[in-house]
Amino acid sequence: MNEKSFNLSKDNDDLDLKIFKHPDSIYDSFKRKGDANQKSTHYCAGCGHGILHKLIGEVMDDLKIQDRCVMISPVGCAVFAYYYFNCGNVQTAHGRAPAVATGISRAEDNSIVMSYQGDGDLASIGLNETLQAANRGEKIVVFFVNNTVYGMTGGQMAPTTLIGEKTVTCQNGRDPHYAGYPIHMCELINQLEAPAYIERVSLATPNKIKLAKRAIKNALTIQKEGKGYCFIEILAPCPTNIKKNALETENFLEKQMEKEFPLGNFRNRYSQLETIKRPDSDFSREKLDEIFNVDRSDTTNYTYDDNLKTLKIKITGFGGQGVLSAGLIIAQAACSEGKHVSWYPSYGPEQRGGSSNCSIVISGSTIGTPIIDETDILIALNKHSLEKFADDVKKGGIIIYDSSIEGFEAPEGVRAIAVPSVKIAKEYGNSRTSNTALIGVLMELEPILSPQSYENAIKDMFASKPKVIDMNIDVLNAAAKWIKR
Amino acid sequence: MSNQIVKGNSAVIIGAMYAGCDCFFGYPITPASEILHEASKYFPMAGRNFVQAESEEASINMVYGGAATGHRVMTASSGPGISLMQEGFTYLAGAELPAVIVDIMRAGPGLGNIGPEQIVKGGGHGNYKNIVLAPNSVQEMCDLTIQAFKLAHKYKNPVVVLADGTLGQMAEPLKFPKKAIKPEIDNSWAVRGNKQTMQNLVTSIFLDFNKLEEFNYKIIEKYKKIAKNEVIVDKYMLDDADIVLISYGISSRIARSAVDKARQKGLKVGLLRPITLSPFPEKEVKKLADKGVIFLSVEMSEGQLLEDIQRIAERKENTYLINRLGGNLIELNDIMNKIYEISGIEIKESNLKHDENNNIKYY
Repeated sequence: MNEKSFNLSKDNDDLDLKIFKHPDSIYDSFKRKGDANQKSTHYCAGCGHGILHKLIGEVMDDLKIQDRCVMISPVGCAVFAYYYFNCGNVQTAHGRAPAVATGISRAEDNSIVMSYQGDGDLASIGLNETLQAANRGEKIVVFFVNNTVYGMTGGQMAPTTLIGEKTVTCQNGRDPHYAGYPIHMCELINQLEAPAYIERVSLATPNKIKLAKRAIKNALTIQKEGKGYCFIEILAPCPTNIKKNALETENFLEKQMEKEFPLGNFRNRYSQLETIKRPDSDFSREKLDEIFNVDRSDTTNYTYDDNLKTLKIKITGFGGQGVLSAGLIIAQAACSEGKHVSWYPSYGPEQRGGSSNCSIVISGSTIGTPIIDETDILIALNKHSLEKFADDVKKGGIIIYDSSIEGFEAPEGVRAIAVPSVKIAKEYGNSRTSNTALIGVLMELEPILSPQSYENAIKDMFASKPKVIDMNIDVLNAAAKWIKR
Repeated sequence: MSNQIVKGNSAVIIGAMYAGCDCFFGYPITPASEILHEASKYFPMAGRNFVQAESEEASINMVYGGAATGHRVMTASSGPGISLMQEGFTYLAGAELPAVIVDIMRAGPGLGNIGPEQIVKGGGHGNYKNIVLAPNSVQEMCDLTIQAFKLAHKYKNPVVVLADGTLGQMAEPLKFPKKAIKPEIDNSWAVRGNKQTMQNLVTSIFLDFNKLEEFNYKIIEKYKKIAKNEVIVDKYMLDDADIVLISYGISSRIARSAVDKARQKGLKVGLLRPITLSPFPEKEVKKLADKGVIFLSVEMSEGQLLEDIQRIAERKENTYLINRLGGNLIELNDIMNKIYEISGIEIKESNLKHDENNNIKYY
């Protein structure tokens, strides 16, 4: 209303032409109806849907967009809109039309998607979908038929029912203390930034019908050019459910509905907006291999080796100490050698500082459970987790922990190695690499994987942070040397 | 490298993209959110569509719209989100649209917690069935997602990839798909907003009772065909087995370890793993039942799987259940103790000292 309305095309004169034939975009006979009478619609006498269908069909013809159009039939009287519209048709669940429209529009960028909905469908059960699709600025047009009642289900109160208006579910008239006030959809949607075009029109009189057609043409022109979201609210007659004759219905529209829901253009950003073009999908393997860094020349395959004993490693500590990434380095090293390996994390709700651990199983054959029952090697980065998990280490197993942890006694039959990992890390890298120092000790003590594989795994792991690669490799080797001595 | 250490949730998106999935519509929910994150990262890199929907109802209906165009489309969710999507499932089935839904299960009822406890045979109203695939490794999270798209489009039916938080979070080597699929869109039914498809209609409403009945029989015939052609099972040490564990998903990994451990002790134990939960491997179960084996259902639900086994075996004798609820993983030793008990052996394995080791915690 506060934005100037203007002519979209210079030939708006054609609005004054009398059209005597069906538009091509409406079927000549309605075969999908399936009954004997295929010339008249299923709508009641005096209903607004037929008028609106015709207006939309005429504009589809005028703009030569019939083949690009997809009409969405909602739940409600217009559920059978597909009997009439000669274009692609999709019928949807109650209230979900804007979401369905989104799916169609995103998948087929060139399509012109029309979401045709009534007041219960759009403003009640589907209000969220309505507002969110508008807010995303989807390239769709929504035709919102407001006749103040649920039509098909028998005239129940709608979100748009007027105060005092009687329906089968507000038999004494809508009482705002019990049922609230009529929802003004154009005004609601006008609060959002994304929509391109918002207008409220009425089908009360021939002149108003002409204006309605102009709004439809404006909106479909925006759709034709792919410029964004359009919303047209159409105040429409439902004489059957409001229980009025033709004249009373016209009066109801003009004197009551239009008073509650003022007509006018709320927004038209046609001239400011550019066409929204979405890219084509790339289905090539080359593209995907590039995205996922897949090297097709590497033909490493799983090796099956019955003689390889299954090794179960557990790494534990606080979140943020590099517990999970240390595990991933070991897993990646095993993967690069074609060994069977699984990595399984467990952590508390805290992003940092909570306890964190991971289990790595390396095997010469298919791994059953990735969860470790008896630990072969425990790598502990703090005292709490060392004490907590030490009992699960089996006889003959190894515990590797930082030497700053004092007063730890290993369970019987378990070898415990206190490693000055923080010291080594600080000397050859920085304190954040102490987890790598503990892996260095593992690498030396348990020769199941080659040092080269660990180094390669570190390179893969830190591919996005090349600065820290050398530092980690230095720490890895220094720790290995330390335990050798 | 063509083998990489990859998390299960990432493997789903890798599979989807090599399968030619064009649109991902999703809404955040633990423990399926990582799939959403990965989709938002990788789909746009290849010019594919990603929309974070306003709700699960919206995501499944965006899927419905995308599916109506004949493109390969998907979503991922969990427990409460899957419940909200049931409306969309039944509409997809009713309009015979192809779509892939990944369910990283949560235990329920209500908000519950993560952990497998849901079988998605139907769920919404009407006589329809989803195809349900249950991976048990990172590789299968990828491969079965690809298979899901194939089946969805072959039968014009929703397909569920039913996994759990453990499979989603764990990492294993992934062998990348050999091919990248460029899907052909079937213009005979899709509605694409173009000349070839403008006479097509996607709908699930039938005003005439007889026509709806006719349609029901048509899809029932389709489900029969699927049951005949598409069952996938994994058989492990079944040939001489007296005791057969039946299990899917992460539980089947633990069950497999139990088979190994039992075999070391000389017990003839095997594992039948349904990879398709719907269609269920009825023939395979029946064959074993007729051989007189003892069944042990290893599941993270209250006998949902056991009931299927008993129905097919046509007996309750010699069928046992070992389960945990609430999202707790079943411990290897609990399965072992049940096997010993069934075999009449007096051994007792002790449980892990730290039960919490076993479970990824989400809040």
